[in-house]
Amino acid sequence: MSKFLKNRELLLVAAIAVLLALITLRFPAFVAPSNLARVYNDTSILIILALGQMAVILTRCIDLSMAANLALSGMVAAMLNAAFPGLPIPLVILVAMALGTLLGMINGALVWKLDIPPIVVTLGTLTIYRGMIFLLSDGKWINAHQMSDAFKALPRDALLGFPVLSWLSLLMIGLVFLLMSRTALGRAFYAVGGNPHAAVYTGIDVGRTRFFAYCLSGALAGLSGYLWVSRYAVAYVDIAAGFELDIIAACVIGGISIAGGIGTVAGAVLGALFLGVIKNALPVINISPFAQMAISGMVIIIAVAVNARAERRKGRVILRKAEAV
Amino acid sequence: MKILKSLMVTAAVSLALMANAAHAENKKIALVVKALGIGFFEAANKGAQEAAKELGDVEVIYTGPTSTTAEGQIEVINSLIAQKVDAIAVSANDTDALVPALKKAMDRGIKVISWDSGVAKDGRMMHLNPSSNPLIGNMIIKLAADNLPEGGDVAVLSASATATNQNTWIAEMKKVQGNYKGINVVTTVYGDDLADKSYRETQGLIQSYPNLKAIIAPTSVGIVAAAQAVTDAGKIGQINVTGLGLPSEMAGHVKSGASKSFAIWNPIDLGYSATMIAYDLIGGAEAKPGAELKMGRMGTVKLDDNNEGAMADPFVYDAKNVEEFAKIF
Repeated sequence: MSKFLKNRELLLVAAIAVLLALITLRFPAFVAPSNLARVYNDTSILIILALGQMAVILTRCIDLSMAANLALSGMVAAMLNAAFPGLPIPLVILVAMALGTLLGMINGALVWKLDIPPIVVTLGTLTIYRGMIFLLSDGKWINAHQMSDAFKALPRDALLGFPVLSWLSLLMIGLVFLLMSRTALGRAFYAVGGNPHAAVYTGIDVGRTRFFAYCLSGALAGLSGYLWVSRYAVAYVDIAAGFELDIIAACVIGGISIAGGIGTVAGAVLGALFLGVIKNALPVINISPFAQMAISGMVIIIAVAVNARAERRKGRVILRKAEAV
Repeated sequence: MKILKSLMVTAAVSLALMANAAHAENKKIALVVKALGIGFFEAANKGAQEAAKELGDVEVIYTGPTSTTAEGQIEVINSLIAQKVDAIAVSANDTDALVPALKKAMDRGIKVISWDSGVAKDGRMMHLNPSSNPLIGNMIIKLAADNLPEGGDVAVLSASATATNQNTWIAEMKKVQGNYKGINVVTTVYGDDLADKSYRETQGLIQSYPNLKAIIAPTSVGIVAAAQAVTDAGKIGQINVTGLGLPSEMAGHVKSGASKSFAIWNPIDLGYSATMIAYDLIGGAEAKPGAELKMGRMGTVKLDDNNEGAMADPFVYDAKNVEEFAKIF
């Protein structure tokens, strides 16, 4: 039992199951397979973003600019499509991802080369990126009728019964999982966050690793930018305003330690799904909008409290003194 | 020599004054906007020019700063005072900052009104609101009812639960609900003016109320998100999305059929009415509580205790006119 409680992922799965059961009491149709697929699809963008945030948090940093990056990349993608409707959509996505990566690189470079605290850097770039959208768009909206049909259709197109949006998030989960578990960079993320000093001694460049974490979060934010804009068929300065907090909440609920070094891909995905289930259930179980906010907040506090308990571990002895002869 | 010179100057000045007096038959009305180059205000100017043409002896000066600042508008107003215009109709960038400049204008006998975005009471003779809360509340439910001759379930998608204007409009809507037989307002949900939350709330409505016939969203973010959610759910034709939105933002959704019609003020009418009211004031009408001022083809406006008046019902946009207005704002 205690072993089960220590496994955060299983705990989360159980929590989601309990949540679904509670929702079913008030709205039985919620657990219909088609509806669950819809909930997953709705959460896809949050999942993709949480994967990027996870990499950054693992290295003891934080990226508050993800939602602003998403909005800027999404606006550029939308403007590109509005100006050149003939441009192939994969190219538009590539541009959005490249721009997202560039914006991530700016964060990463500031953290790496200037050694400014990540929370300050990304708080600054958050405002800068939002401001850039305003300068770029002149405060105007890019609306549904200005976007080409292909631009809007891609995330909705069904492939084997599921929308492309869902498949894309599954693909990203797979890729990030491989990156985390099978590459030196993935291991470096954990090492840098777990113990930066020890990481240096093993030959890992802490700053460079953080830089790459920001590149990853930037690229995923760029991809999400296109997905967001085409899903909601509108782009304006304030899209995804405040969403950075949802992304961080998903990571925290998923058991990714803000102190760095602890966390898994499965945790980030489950954390995002947990939030996604709540967000989709609240409208149908008919409770007041004020209670909705309180519930969302409470869930986050409970998750952090549970995680804090689990993280309190004993120091490990890594060097044993030679036994006194 | 000196006397001769001063005599000549006096003669020149009096000649100029006489010329001015002869010219003064054309009344100069300045339409001061928040900033030049904004489609909404260009459209208001179109209406003002229409009013000038109708009145015949009016010259409309369309002006404003290049960016939406109060400082810029104060400069513009000062230069208008120097030009001795007969009236200033302003859509203000700041409620209070313009008051001293406008007071100065009124001291010089210039008639000052504000429209669209108001000036504090001291700085103008009257303020023209595009519409009023009761008119908006009535319009949004009328839009839903007009497309539902047999009645049915209707839901409201608002912005945030604390948004004063939204709550007022919805309360006004509920007051007149009884006039629309068979229209059953089932619930009000809140999308917080976020595209994703509004989209999700709409999906929730579609699930919770299988017989839903219309969604009323009196918010520009909400109406677009709801239309998209209805489109994605394949419910076009079953659920009509309506409410308040901008033509440029809604054109695509009207074309797809997700929204049959929606409403917002008509900037052309607003510019037209502001010019007509200014003309009425120049002609001697007095702006005081209870007074009725003439607005040409728009009828009259009755002033309340704050010397404010509402122009008309929000203007309805549908497949017939949305493309044309989408180019304007």
